[in-house]
Order: sequence, then C-alpha cells, then structure tokens
Amino acid sequence: MATRLLWASKAASYLRISVFHRGLSSVVKDLKYADTHEWVKVEGNSATVGITNHAQDHLGDVVYVELPEVGAAVKQGDSFGAVESVKATSDINSPVSGKVVEVNEELNNSPALVNLSPYEKGWIIKVDISDVGELKNLKDSDEYTKLCEEEDATH
Amino acid sequence: MGISGKPSELIEIGPVLRDHVPVIKRFSGGGTVIVDSGTIFVTLICNKDVVPGVQPYPRSIMSWSGLLYSEVFQGIDGFQLRENDYVFGDHKFGGNAQSIIKSRWIHHTSFLWDYDSRNMAYLKLPARAPKYRSARNHAEFVCRMKEYMPRSIFIERTMKALESHFSVKPVNLDAVVGSHSSGYVHSTRLLSKHELKDAVTTLLESRALSG
Repeated sequence: MATRLLWASKAASYLRISVFHRGLSSVVKDLKYADTHEWVKVEGNSATVGITNHAQDHLGDVVYVELPEVGAAVKQGDSFGAVESVKATSDINSPVSGKVVEVNEELNNSPALVNLSPYEKGWIIKVDISDVGELKNLKDSDEYTKLCEEEDATH
Repeated sequence: MGISGKPSELIEIGPVLRDHVPVIKRFSGGGTVIVDSGTIFVTLICNKDVVPGVQPYPRSIMSWSGLLYSEVFQGIDGFQLRENDYVFGDHKFGGNAQSIIKSRWIHHTSFLWDYDSRNMAYLKLPARAPKYRSARNHAEFVCRMKEYMPRSIFIERTMKALESHFSVKPVNLDAVVGSHSSGYVHSTRLLSKHELKDAVTTLLESRALSG
C-alpha cells in the first residue's frame, strides 16, 4: 500500500493533480452509488459517471479504458465500457439510463486518472438522463459504505 | 492480443503479413501469445459468488487460480504463480487473461505445452513486461510444459484439482458450440490486413516525425 501511495504521489505530481489520501472505503457524500461500484453525480438531467475508490483499489493499476461512442445509449445496470488492469478487463455498468453526451478522452492518454482521482479527473462518461425516477434504485453514501464493508468482510 | 493491444508495439507486422498469420484481438485483458498446435487452453467461467473467498476482482481470481494449479503441479519443483504468470522457476509456461462482468468472470490460461521457436519471432518484447522477465528474449524467458509433465497427466490432474472445488462432468464440444443464445455479441475479432497495414504505416510515420 505504501509503495502504491508513493507511486500515486509521483504520478500525481507529474500529472499536476492532487491525490487525496483517503481510506479504502471512502466515498463522497453528494453522489449516488450503484452496487457494482460506480458513482454518479446528478445535476438536473445531466449525470457524470465514474468508478469508486473501492473499485479502483480492488482493480489495481488501470492501464486502459474502453470508452463508449458519444451518442451511445446506456441503460441502468448495463455495461457501457470496460477498464483493463492487471490481466483483466472489467465491465463498467451505468448507474443511469440515457444518452452519452461526452466521454473523458483524457483517459486514452492517462488511464491512471481512474486510480489517482476516481471522483474528479477520472470521470468516465457524461449522460443525458432519460429517467430520473431510476435514481431511487441507487444507494446513498452511507448505504454504499455499508455495502463495501460487507463485501470486504466476507472475503 | 488482449483488449488494449496495439499491433505495432506487440507483433512484428511485416513477417505476420508476409506469412499470413491471423491476429485475433480478445475481449479479455493480458498480453499477446502465439497459438499453435502445441498450445493448451484452460478456461474457467464462474458465477461471481461461486468460489468461497474469491472476490470478482483480478488479483483475487488470479491468486485463487495459483492455488488451483499448485494442486496440479504438486511435486514439481519451482512451480508458482509469479506476477500473473505460471512459471517453473523463472521460466514462464502459462499466460493468463481475465474478463469480469457483473455476474460472472472468466479466467483463461494459454499453456505452452510445446512451441515452435520460429513462431516466437513474430512477437516483440512488450513494453509492459513482468519484472522477473529482466528483458530476456522469448527463448530465454519461456519453457515447454512437456519437459515437466506428460500431457495426459496434466489433463488428469487438472480435472482432479477442479473436482476438489466443483462437480465436473464432460460435455461434447458440439453441444457447446451449437447452443448460441440469440443476440450473442462477438467481442473477440480477427484484425484485418488493412488494420495491420495501417499500423505499419502509422509506426513508420511516427518514426519519421521523431527523426
């Protein structure tokens, strides 16, 4: 863990972003969470989506992000892309339904942003939400923290 | 090649095109391997909560696979899971790749039962290589499984190791291949000659630009 933080700090200073030294299960309060470990920031009918700190920590160093096309449709709970870490591709699932209006092209050159800044610079897609009613299916930060603790406790 | 593989970085495109070697891009992660008649594949597809203690994340699955294969190679000196490869000592004989979705994961291994050294010449030394490789070329880095264990014993022991975790029954390959559910999306694909030629062109252009 200490080695990873050192690597993260060096990479962060190279990329000129600040790394927050938060605990493993840390979450951000005003976001909503899927039980597949994605977060969504909702502003009206617009959403920004990424993966959580818990997810990036369990996945390991992300070396590639497969992004969807702008204009692609996404559905709550369905896969829209993937990250590669270690020897694995891991699906990323959308917490909301709607249309992709922007993807984070920075991730093509700096996939490590997903590890270093999962809630800010490591955002993955922006979506025009088609059904805000579905947001009730998501967890708040307390519920999500509890999920992470339960998952880690059983293994 | 794995999902993020760039042909210009991983394969010698000139000889690959010249010799009409098919290049397949997988849906899984991991590196580039040669597949020939000496390769054995073992693929494990598991529902995500099926293996006690294994979380659906790369390192957890990889570590469990190392334990499984430790049972298979018990008694053979030097077997270990080393930085995501299966090795005897510091010689790799098995490469791994995974794909993890919401409810399932796949862990596949390509085992170098035997190989033709000439085929290894199609592969470049990858930029992302394990530390224990220490910049060795392919011939010095890999080894042939057949020098350690007869093929029938490997298969028998793999089945036995799986039986200690799951109930195992043989299935006819035709039964598997014939049962596509409707709407199956093919995500592994053959790279076209056009794509490979483009990769060469891009590589030459970027070399020219960098002087």
